Amino acid sequence: MLELRELRKSFDGFLATAGVSLAVAQGSISAIIGPNGAGKTTLFNLITGHLTPDSGRVVFKGRDVTGIAPHDLCRLGMGRSFQRTNIFPRLTVYQNVQAAFLSHRGRGWNLFTPVEELYRAETEALLAAVGLADRAVEVSGFLSHGAQKQLELGIALALEPEILLLDEPTAGMSASETREAIALIARLARERQLTLLFTEHDMEVVFSIAQRITVLHQGRVIAEGAPDDVRRDAEVRRVYLGERH
Amino acid sequence: MSALRRIPWPLLVFLAAFAVPALGSRYYTFLANDVVIWALFATSLNLLVGYSGLVSFGHAAYFGIGAYTTGLLMKKLGVSFLLALPAGGLMAALFALVFGFFCVRLTRIYFAMLTLAFAQVVWAICFKWNDVTGGEQGMPEIPYPGFDWLDRVAAVVPFVGGYRTSDYYYFTSLIAVGICLGLIRRIVGSPFGRMLTTIRENAERAEFIGVNVRRYELAAFVLAGAFAGLAGALFGIFNRGVFPDFAYWTKSSEVLIMTLLGGMGTFWGPALGALVLLWLNQQIVTYTEYWPLILGTILVLLLFVFPGGLAGALLAFWERWRGRPERA
Repeated sequence: MLELRELRKSFDGFLATAGVSLAVAQGSISAIIGPNGAGKTTLFNLITGHLTPDSGRVVFKGRDVTGIAPHDLCRLGMGRSFQRTNIFPRLTVYQNVQAAFLSHRGRGWNLFTPVEELYRAETEALLAAVGLADRAVEVSGFLSHGAQKQLELGIALALEPEILLLDEPTAGMSASETREAIALIARLARERQLTLLFTEHDMEVVFSIAQRITVLHQGRVIAEGAPDDVRRDAEVRRVYLGERH
Repeated sequence: MSALRRIPWPLLVFLAAFAVPALGSRYYTFLANDVVIWALFATSLNLLVGYSGLVSFGHAAYFGIGAYTTGLLMKKLGVSFLLALPAGGLMAALFALVFGFFCVRLTRIYFAMLTLAFAQVVWAICFKWNDVTGGEQGMPEIPYPGFDWLDRVAAVVPFVGGYRTSDYYYFTSLIAVGICLGLIRRIVGSPFGRMLTTIRENAERAEFIGVNVRRYELAAFVLAGAFAGLAGALFGIFNRGVFPDFAYWTKSSEVLIMTLLGGMGTFWGPALGALVLLWLNQQIVTYTEYWPLILGTILVLLLFVFPGGLAGALLAFWERWRGRPERA
C-alpha cells in the first residue's frame, strides 16, 4: 500500500531523515516509534507532501507520489491527523466534519447551494462513530483536548482514506483518555478496514495495537519487525527502551 | 424571540431604503447613495478579510478599475449603462485574476504588502496615463444612465414618476447593490464559502481535507475584485467623475476601516460600518476639522472594547438580552 524508498531530508545541514525505507502492507497496523527528535514527524511530513525529500521516493498504491501537494494526496486516499491538534476552531463540530465531506466529494466549487444541510446524514453518522454525536453544535475550539482529538479523527475519516496516518494520536492525553482513544482507533480501523500508520511515544499503546513496529533513531531505521522482536532487539533496548526502563 | 428572528430584516431595510428620496431631503438621498455603494465595496472586501482570512491593503485598485472602465465606456464610447456596469466588474475581475495569481503565493503581511503594491501601480497608471484616464485631472462629467424610459412607465404605474435624475440613480444603485449583496450572501452560505472559512481557520488542515488553498484564495480574490469593481463603477457615476484617488491607498484603508468598524465576523457588519462611518463623517465635519482624530479614537476604543466590531457588539448585546430569563 505504502512504500518509502531511501528517503532523505536535511535542514541546514542537520540530517533529519537519513535514508529511511519502509513498507506498509494493506490492512496492517504499523507504528513508528523513536525518542524525541528521532525524525518521526519529519518522516510523516515527507509522506504527506508537507515536505519534499532531498532524495528518495514515496510510493502509494503503486504510484510515485513524491513531492505532490497534500490536497492531491488527500484525494488519492491518504488521510492524516496532526500531532498538535489541528481542527477549524471557530467552526462547530458539525461544520468541521461536514467541510471534510464537502471537500472530499468535490462539492467545494458549488457557489450557490445553501451549505447547512449537505451531507447531514453522513456527518451525523460519523460524529456518532467517533463519539461526538451530542456535541455537534458546539464550537470546536472550546472542546476538551481529548474531544478535539476525536474530532480530528472524524475529519480524517470523512475523507474515506484507505490509509490513515496518525501523528501521536494520544499526545497530551491522560492515561484513561489514552485507553479510550486507542480503543476507538482500533475499533474504527477494524470496522473500516483501514491501513493504519501511526507514531507514538507511549509504549503501552504501541505494543497493544501495532502489528509491525519500526524504530527510528537519529533519522535512521534501527529495527523493524513484530512487536516481540522489536522488544527483544538489543540495539532498541540500548537507545530507546533503555532510557525508560 | 424566534418570531423576531424570522423576519427578513435585510429585505425590509432594502425596501425601506426606497423611501429615502420621498421622505428625506436631497442631502439624505446623496448620503444614502454614498452609503449603499460603500456597503457593497466593504462587503466585497469582507469576502477576503472576514471569510478567507486574507487582509488586502489594496482593494481600492479594483474599485478604481471598475470606475474607470465604466466611466470610459459611458463617457467616451457612449456605451449604455446596462453594459458598462457589468463591464466594470468584469475588468476588475480580470485584473484581480492577474494580480491575485501572484498575491496568493504569499501569506500574511507579504500578501498584504503585495496587494498594496499592485494597487499603487494601478493608481500610478491612472495618474499618469493622460490620454486615456485624464491623468491627474481625472475624468469629469460621467453621464447618468438615461432615465427617459421611466416617463413612459410613470404614465402607467403610480409612484414612479416625479423624481430627480439623482433620485433615479439612487434607486438604480440600490437595486444593483441589492442584487450584488444577495449574490455575496448566497456565496458565503455555499459549500464554496465554507471552504473559504476552513482556509481562514486553518490553511494547513484545509490542505489535508483536500482543499487546493491557493486556487480557492484566488477565486475569492477575483470575486471580491469583481464586486469592488461594480461598486467603483456605481460610484464613478454617482460622483459625476472618476479620479485617480479612487485607487489610492487611502481608499483601501478607508474600506478596511469600515469593515473592521462594522465587524468582519458577520455578513452585514461591513455594510453597517459603511453606514456608521459615512454618517459620522458627515456629522462630525460640521463641528470639527479633526475627523481623522475622532476616527482614530473610535477605532482604538472599538478594537479594545468590541473586537467584533459594531455588529459583533450588537449581536453580543442581543444574545444577552435574549438569554435573560423572562419575567411575568
